[in-house]
Amino acid sequence: MSATDQTFSAGEADAHGHASVDVTTLDAELIERADVATSDVAEYATWLGDDSLVLGQRLGELVSRAPELEEDVALGNIALDLIGHARSLLHYAGSATGQSEDDLAYWRGEPEFRSLHLMEQPNGDFAHIIARQFVTAHYLFELYSRLRASADETLAAIASKAVKEVDYHRDHSVQWVLRLSLGTDESRRRMLAALSDVWPYVDELFRDEPIIDRLEGVAVRPSTLRAAFDAAIAPVLVEAELEVPQGFTASGGGRRGVHSEHLAFLLAELQVLTRAHPGATW
Amino acid sequence: MTIPAGPYAASTQSAPVTEPELSPEEQQFNDLIAADSRIEPRDWMPEAYRKSLVRQISQHAHSEIIGMQPESNWITRAPSLKRKAILIAKVQDEAGHGLYLYSAAQTLGTSRDDMTDALIAGKARYSSIFNYPTPTWADMGSIGWLVDGAAICNQVPLCRASYGPYGRAMVRICKEESFHQRQGFEILLELMQGTEAQRQMAQESVNRWYWPALMMFGPPDDDSPNSAQSMKWKIKRHSNDELRQRFVNMLVPQAAVLGVTLPDPDLRWNDETQMYDLGEIDWTEFHEVLAGRGPANAQRLQRRRDAHDEGRWVREAAAAYAVKIAARKKNASAADSKDLAS
Repeated sequence: MSATDQTFSAGEADAHGHASVDVTTLDAELIERADVATSDVAEYATWLGDDSLVLGQRLGELVSRAPELEEDVALGNIALDLIGHARSLLHYAGSATGQSEDDLAYWRGEPEFRSLHLMEQPNGDFAHIIARQFVTAHYLFELYSRLRASADETLAAIASKAVKEVDYHRDHSVQWVLRLSLGTDESRRRMLAALSDVWPYVDELFRDEPIIDRLEGVAVRPSTLRAAFDAAIAPVLVEAELEVPQGFTASGGGRRGVHSEHLAFLLAELQVLTRAHPGATW
Repeated sequence: MTIPAGPYAASTQSAPVTEPELSPEEQQFNDLIAADSRIEPRDWMPEAYRKSLVRQISQHAHSEIIGMQPESNWITRAPSLKRKAILIAKVQDEAGHGLYLYSAAQTLGTSRDDMTDALIAGKARYSSIFNYPTPTWADMGSIGWLVDGAAICNQVPLCRASYGPYGRAMVRICKEESFHQRQGFEILLELMQGTEAQRQMAQESVNRWYWPALMMFGPPDDDSPNSAQSMKWKIKRHSNDELRQRFVNMLVPQAAVLGVTLPDPDLRWNDETQMYDLGEIDWTEFHEVLAGRGPANAQRLQRRRDAHDEGRWVREAAAAYAVKIAARKKNASAADSKDLAS
């Protein structure tokens, strides 16, 4: 989001030592259309909205803690994009039941969330953050690229905006995967550990659920993204001299409301203030 | 370039006997200052001017970086997704301001590494205001309205600072700061129009931030060691007390719109001076916080140090990778020339 487009000129204002702050407008960051989602579409939008919200919340924890100032800016930017996607998707999901984006984000309990386990994983060290970003950004890029052609116009519009942003997130993660893998012995050791810790959660991204059968042409069938995902990450792994880790596959279940232990803590923090003031606006 | 004679030039002419002969570059520096022109990185400048700027700009940069912490404290708990997005954008802006300012200071020959080392070693100063904690959401409003508001009063005149890179960095920073102030005002306005608990939260927060915000302008004029020289060099344009007064004049009507009370029982309009009279500021507190004994000094510095230490292996990896890529490119071009030769 760019915080620009305001009528203020330091050159004019400084003669009096005052800055005019009377007129400020935010760029439109929310894809908001008049359409009302059907309950199946709302469920699907909730899947994607919750993924972005939970991952954006995780990255939001990092701001002011990054290894470089440039990374504070970059990770903050990615968090901001993801929260933006979450807002658009949850806003649309809520249209089916007359709820707002905030009703869904702040007033649902853990079993009602639909996020994938990978998004819920704690940050860990920078290599873990990058490994998670590497997987999620490539997955989201393939997903939104396809969702642009959805028969549902709102989902298509959200995807068209999101895909451009996620493309940057993908590039950011690739640059770091290369640096950490090929940098020092320590960074390589950490990158290898991170990749093998993250990998058990990758399968869940591509798992189909019965609802997908009812959303033909509207939703993207997760299993159909796997080949494109594998093809996109393969050359990066080759250049980084990494291999796809062989290990167990986590059971997952996020789309059915079965979550990792981590989600409840994340939601407790996200929702604490709002829930202390029912009915308040902010 | 013709430089019009300014007041400084006139004064050197009037006292030729006591003033030592100026070198041509010193004369040019004085002329540029007198003409309200900009000093640029390659221009000659007195060592004390350079030192004073490095001190001021790096302190300002450190303030932006440490200043990210009291607000990032609320990113994960922001009470709506819109507020969360705005807060992330704001804290990110602050990191960006830190980066511009470090770059401006670097043009004076001080490296960012040196400045960072001084900060994490606890040797460099930053604005004391960030050593206060942010226990409530309303503090996001107070920081925007009061702290960023005070920063704007301080910083807008710096857009005309005589050192070019600093002045130009400040133009951009001030635009974003004024946006932040507006956002802070809106947070408080929303709270003041909300439930009784929200109104109390807003007032309690304003009570805590008002005096520290006034202290941001620095000690009273007769107790401000660096001010006079900075004003002479046109780095600084207005005195601490003058700016503080201007800030309060601006706040009073805004507080009325919000419906909050400013916690100064002696604050009242003075018909004679056409300004508000202020109550006594407790400078003991200011000096305590400045001396490192504020509520969150240790915590703020520790967080910065932890981020720096925990990030070391990442920065080393990036540097090692850059060396490897450069070597690879060099080898590749050497191989190319060999191919051509054979």
